[in-house]
Amino acid sequence: MNLWLIPILPLLGFLANGLFGRRMPKALINTFAVGSVLLSFAWVVKTLFGLSPIESKYIEHYFTWIQSGMLNIGVDFAVDRLTAVMLMIVTGVGLLIHIYAVGYMEHEGGYYRFFAYLNLFMFFMLVLVLAQNYLLLFVGWEGVGLCSYLLIGFYFTEQFATTAGNKAFIVNRIGDFGFSLAVFLIVRQFGTLDFSKVFDAAKGMPSEPSIGILTIITLLLLVGATGKSAQIPLYVWLPDAMAGPTPVSALIHAATMVTAGVYMTARSATLFLKAPVTMDTVAVIGLATAFFAATIGLAQMDIKKVFAYSTVSQLGYMFLGVGVGAFSAGIWHLMTHAFFKALLFLGAGAVIHGLHGEQDLRQMGGLFKHMKITAITLFCASLAISGFPFTSGFFSKDAILVAAYERAPWMYWIGVLTAGMTAFYVFRAWFMAFTGEYRGHAHPHESPLVMTGPLMILAILSLVGGFINVPHILEPMFVEKAENQSLAWLSAGVGILGILLAYVFYVAKRGLADSFAKAFGGLYTLVYNKYFVDEAYDAAVVEPLLEGSRTVLWRGIDAGLIDGTVNGVGKRSRGIGSILRLIQSGNIRSYAAWVVLGSIVLLIAIGFAGGLR
Amino acid sequence: MTALIFLIFAGIAVFCGVNLVVQTHPIASALSLIGVMGSLAVLYLQLGGEFIAAAQVIVYAGAIMVLFVFVIMLLNAGAETPTFQVSRFVKYLGAILLAFFLGLISFIIQGALPKSEGVLFGTFQGTALDVGRKLFTTYLLPFEVTSVLILIAIVGAIVLARKEV
Amino acid sequence: MVPNAPVPLSWYLILSAILFALGVAGFIFRRNIITVFMSIELMLNAVNLSFVTFSYQFKQVDGHIYSFFVMVVAAAEAAVGLAIILTVFKNRATLMIDEVNSMKY
Repeated sequence: MNLWLIPILPLLGFLANGLFGRRMPKALINTFAVGSVLLSFAWVVKTLFGLSPIESKYIEHYFTWIQSGMLNIGVDFAVDRLTAVMLMIVTGVGLLIHIYAVGYMEHEGGYYRFFAYLNLFMFFMLVLVLAQNYLLLFVGWEGVGLCSYLLIGFYFTEQFATTAGNKAFIVNRIGDFGFSLAVFLIVRQFGTLDFSKVFDAAKGMPSEPSIGILTIITLLLLVGATGKSAQIPLYVWLPDAMAGPTPVSALIHAATMVTAGVYMTARSATLFLKAPVTMDTVAVIGLATAFFAATIGLAQMDIKKVFAYSTVSQLGYMFLGVGVGAFSAGIWHLMTHAFFKALLFLGAGAVIHGLHGEQDLRQMGGLFKHMKITAITLFCASLAISGFPFTSGFFSKDAILVAAYERAPWMYWIGVLTAGMTAFYVFRAWFMAFTGEYRGHAHPHESPLVMTGPLMILAILSLVGGFINVPHILEPMFVEKAENQSLAWLSAGVGILGILLAYVFYVAKRGLADSFAKAFGGLYTLVYNKYFVDEAYDAAVVEPLLEGSRTVLWRGIDAGLIDGTVNGVGKRSRGIGSILRLIQSGNIRSYAAWVVLGSIVLLIAIGFAGGLR
Repeated sequence: MTALIFLIFAGIAVFCGVNLVVQTHPIASALSLIGVMGSLAVLYLQLGGEFIAAAQVIVYAGAIMVLFVFVIMLLNAGAETPTFQVSRFVKYLGAILLAFFLGLISFIIQGALPKSEGVLFGTFQGTALDVGRKLFTTYLLPFEVTSVLILIAIVGAIVLARKEV
Repeated sequence: MVPNAPVPLSWYLILSAILFALGVAGFIFRRNIITVFMSIELMLNAVNLSFVTFSYQFKQVDGHIYSFFVMVVAAAEAAVGLAIILTVFKNRATLMIDEVNSMKY
């Protein structure tokens, strides 16, 4: 089947654009960039058709990477149903975003570099998804983190972009540290990193009621996932990552990279199911993140920041789903979220593009008549994310909430409340941008077809994508949960309530939002400033670290100790030299005296040593 | 008899040595040195070194010291002026300490040598025949090398001391 | 006639040591270059006496030959050294060692 073609094609695109892109015309760069992803997508479709129905895992072994003692790690790609779903999402949505980016980046500098990085990202993401062992997955994991850094800091002349890139990479690193520890423990426990072998061995192990080795491994994997998928406490990089170009936000920070954590957890389901403590931790963290991020999204004024916090919140939903055992529901939501979140970001990008860079909601308004296609597609996406009946988001979100109710009813109620808030803030953004009077100063215009085309495709998928019954597809792997109709309709109703509330606040009675904010002044400030979490991290972690580095490590050890020692050797030599040179007095008699003294000392030494025998 | 001669000439040697160190005018020192060499030649004779005694008188006392005296005359070196005056008390103290120190060395040397040996004139004769035989067989190389050395010395002395034209 | 008792060998060595010490003293304490040079000659003589003494002890003439070579070297050294002293006197017009000290640090 030649699975290796799937990631290698984008890699070739990266090499072509990266090495020679500087002198290539835009048309050629586009051909390489979009063409490689298109070919990869086509190959995915062909492979899946050839393999369907995928009853068992199809593995291709390429070569042995590490052979050390009893540890044998090979480069293997594998396709099973979970991989199939992920491959379609990554290449499909990735293709649409690549096409969109051709139009969006039209007037930007560093054109070839952008597409080179984007292709490199596709390569690493596909490696991550196709990997058959933890180490290869980690290669892809790290690689997407690198590309995220490169792309967030794409406008590298801007200070806040490079800082955001640093932040993303460093916070991810903390998660990666946890992941690495988990990998080490897996090697120690199972002697191998291959998925099939590890999971077969784990199936034979008993479920752990309290903290055992599997719990620790899965908790550490969770640390890695919170870093990559922006959960509490490592979510802080995602809002700042909006400094990158909007296609980057759509592809990496909505549809694919951030879902890597969820994918990895779903892949390791066998391990997680044996550690109930971790499962509860995952669910609680997911739920808390979903609620927390939604509250922040209520008060943001930058359209991309609203969607960023929305991403964090929706990822929380996915983790909630996985944590209560509804793995297929989590993956289903991953797919639908890829559709509507990518659409939301691309639409926001179209709006920003049409306003020549304006991102503040307060400077928008009444854009409906200027950008009809953008407005309609964004409306579809907002319906989907709010869980409006029969949209894609409705099916996936309710699958998660129903499963949560099975686990603990209070999880369901908080989830429903969060769904209401989700609907509210997303429609708040839509109403503020597209209704009312235009408050800005630019000349808004509709985007070209190359950008609106993907928007339309994604809108269709957001509306009908729910009918792709992912849990049914993943049934051999994960147990399907039962449906509960009344609960599902209840959460949909709360969603519609949220939409109506947003309408009241932002269309019917316009000044109501501002008076509300003034009334709850303190609370509003708290939420608007994202609960000062960044400032707290800064004070608690970053500043002490910087201070410690500066005073202890740099001034103390490096300049003081190491430089001091090296310089000190030189200084001592000079000092000793300046003393010793006094012997050269030029006075012959003193030389004579030294000679006599030396010979006397020598004689005494010989005498003590027993004489010359 | 041997002991008497030894004592007399040893005494002369020591006296002349002290004189060499103590005298201010270099010519007096030179003459004292000649005295030392002469007495040493007698002691060599007593030890059976006929050839060496003759060589000492001819080469050392007769040529080298004459050269010294020539140079002193040429340079018209005057008497040295003492830089610092030492009191007579310090001088006497120094002398006593010196004597004590020398006694110590004597004692050490005395103890280090076998007691049985003694010098008697006539027991051993280092004739010119023996010296010559040894010189031209076992020590031939050093002999030839010293001839080169003397050549170098001659050339060096001439180059260093000639008048700049 | 005084009885012909053998003179202990150590007496010669003690004499040699005394003369050597006197030579060292003169070498250190005198300021006139020529006197210093003569002290060196005194030291060499003392060493010659030692050689001849030990040659008697072993009843071989090797010590005499060493002594001979010492004399040869002393002669060469005296010649060249006095030439140097002459040059120094020409350049510095002094025979005091303390004043020839331009090779300071």
